[in-house]
Amino acid sequence: MSRAKLTHHVLNVVTLALAFLMFFPILWMALTSFKTEDLAIAFPPQVVFTPTLVNWQQAIFNSPLLEFLSNTLIISFGSILLALALGFPTAYAMAYYSTKRTDGLLLWMISTRMLPPAGVIVPLYILFRDLSLLDTHLGLIIVFGGMNFPLVVWMLRSFMLEIPFDVIEAARIDGASLWQELTRVIMPLLYPGLAATSLLALIFTWNEFFFVVNLTTREASPLSVYVSTFRAAQGDLFIARMSAVVTAAIIPVLIAGWVAQRQLVTGLTMGAIK
Amino acid sequence: MNGEIIAAPNLQPEVRRRPHEGRKFLSVPGILFLIIVTQVPFALTIYFSFTGWNLLRPDSQRFLGWERMWNNYSWILRNPDFYIVIKNTVALTVSVVIVTFILGMLLALLMNRRFPGRGLARTMLISPFLIMPVAAAVLWKNLMLDPSFGLSAWLLPLFGLPSVFLLQEAPMATIIGIVSWQFTPFVMLILLAGLQSLPDSTREAAWLDGAGPVAMFRFIILPHLRRFIEIALLLQVIFVLNVFGEIFVTTSGGPGIQTTNLSYQIFLEAFSRWNIGRASAYGLFAIVLANILVLLFLRVVRSQQKETA
Repeated sequence: MSRAKLTHHVLNVVTLALAFLMFFPILWMALTSFKTEDLAIAFPPQVVFTPTLVNWQQAIFNSPLLEFLSNTLIISFGSILLALALGFPTAYAMAYYSTKRTDGLLLWMISTRMLPPAGVIVPLYILFRDLSLLDTHLGLIIVFGGMNFPLVVWMLRSFMLEIPFDVIEAARIDGASLWQELTRVIMPLLYPGLAATSLLALIFTWNEFFFVVNLTTREASPLSVYVSTFRAAQGDLFIARMSAVVTAAIIPVLIAGWVAQRQLVTGLTMGAIK
Repeated sequence: MNGEIIAAPNLQPEVRRRPHEGRKFLSVPGILFLIIVTQVPFALTIYFSFTGWNLLRPDSQRFLGWERMWNNYSWILRNPDFYIVIKNTVALTVSVVIVTFILGMLLALLMNRRFPGRGLARTMLISPFLIMPVAAAVLWKNLMLDPSFGLSAWLLPLFGLPSVFLLQEAPMATIIGIVSWQFTPFVMLILLAGLQSLPDSTREAAWLDGAGPVAMFRFIILPHLRRFIEIALLLQVIFVLNVFGEIFVTTSGGPGIQTTNLSYQIFLEAFSRWNIGRASAYGLFAIVLANILVLLFLRVVRSQQKETA
């Protein structure tokens, strides 16, 4: 084997080993969730064992996991729908009817997306208190709708710009109304883009912690608040059961992220990198 | 067929669109919504920062007056804790940026090659970035680093090291480690996108000219990556300034205020001391800081758009 080839193979092994090392803590937690509590804290740690589903049963049927999950789902889907409902027409106008203010507006949207949550939490809390929105789904849907809106506009606009204008023109010649143009012509061509955008928004909303921990107490608290309660004292901690809960809480976003890998960078950099 | 001639009237898109010019107003509801959700709180932050409002003293909710309006700011600037918080914020941000940049660059270079299992490696690598920050913190605190049943309690003695609770012995360094673990994939993804946009022909030409791996990296790859590096670093700083969940779960900002950053300080000021005025003044610091960084970011984005246009 030539030296170059040997180097290549060694580097492959190194890369895979590093990737495995990065992933290992998550894998370890997933493994632990299938162990008994005794086995979970046994030294040396066991890699080969008879898996048990008892922690998952406990997590699902004997803990508030599902309540928090349903809050997360309501808030995530609500805010994504709100951002899409407002963002789709905005993206359409900015893609096909740009004015001299459009570029400035798009850049301003990036700046709102990157506003530090800690900088606006105080007035949000006060406003929520006075409008009775504290600890409600609606309140969080509005806040996250605002967070997802710039992302939706940026992504959808760039996908729309890739649609050849001739297609839209042809529909207009056939007498399509605005509604038909949006729903019958643009929407079908945009499905992949809509899916990618929604998945990214889902990841951000699902994982957010700062707003939700300060604007909810229990009724509307999502999964991230539940997960954070496992920070408490070690003594009475059930390691295996905790692993099941936390694993359950992260699996959906892991899948969403793996599916939307290609668009992840575009979304994170607000289109700065394609 | 000569369908083309019919389908493509000799008009610019601008002219073709004219009949529906009113549709540009479709953006109005969305923009209004964004203004209400972001600019109203922003304006209120400024206003509250000029009040002495404490939620524990309901009568305190009023403007401090033109002479005393800067009280919250001068109090903060005179408070030694503020400088510790700033120092912590800078230490956390700078350390994470350096660590993730080095690791991210290394991984990007390794990943920018064809090999079996590359998709799997990529999937495993991005995972730490996808999970909730609080989940990452809980996972590291309890499963990895716990002094009695974490993996470190078993691993460290194997290497002849004392089994210590890292979060107690070196709280800031441990938080830096956890945050870096989460953000390395982000830097890697951006740099990898940069590497993949470098045409093979450029590399081959350099290689034919006798460039070794070091010269290749220094004179071909690095200059090409400049924009990507700028974007990665700026976004990284913007994101890491907002780190909160990791601190909340692992140390609660302690011991003392050793691991309290600006975000956490605002949280404490607002929701454990209920000092709305002071928390808002701190908040304005955070907003100004973030806006400076965002402006830099927009400059990079703009110059890039001009180049590609």
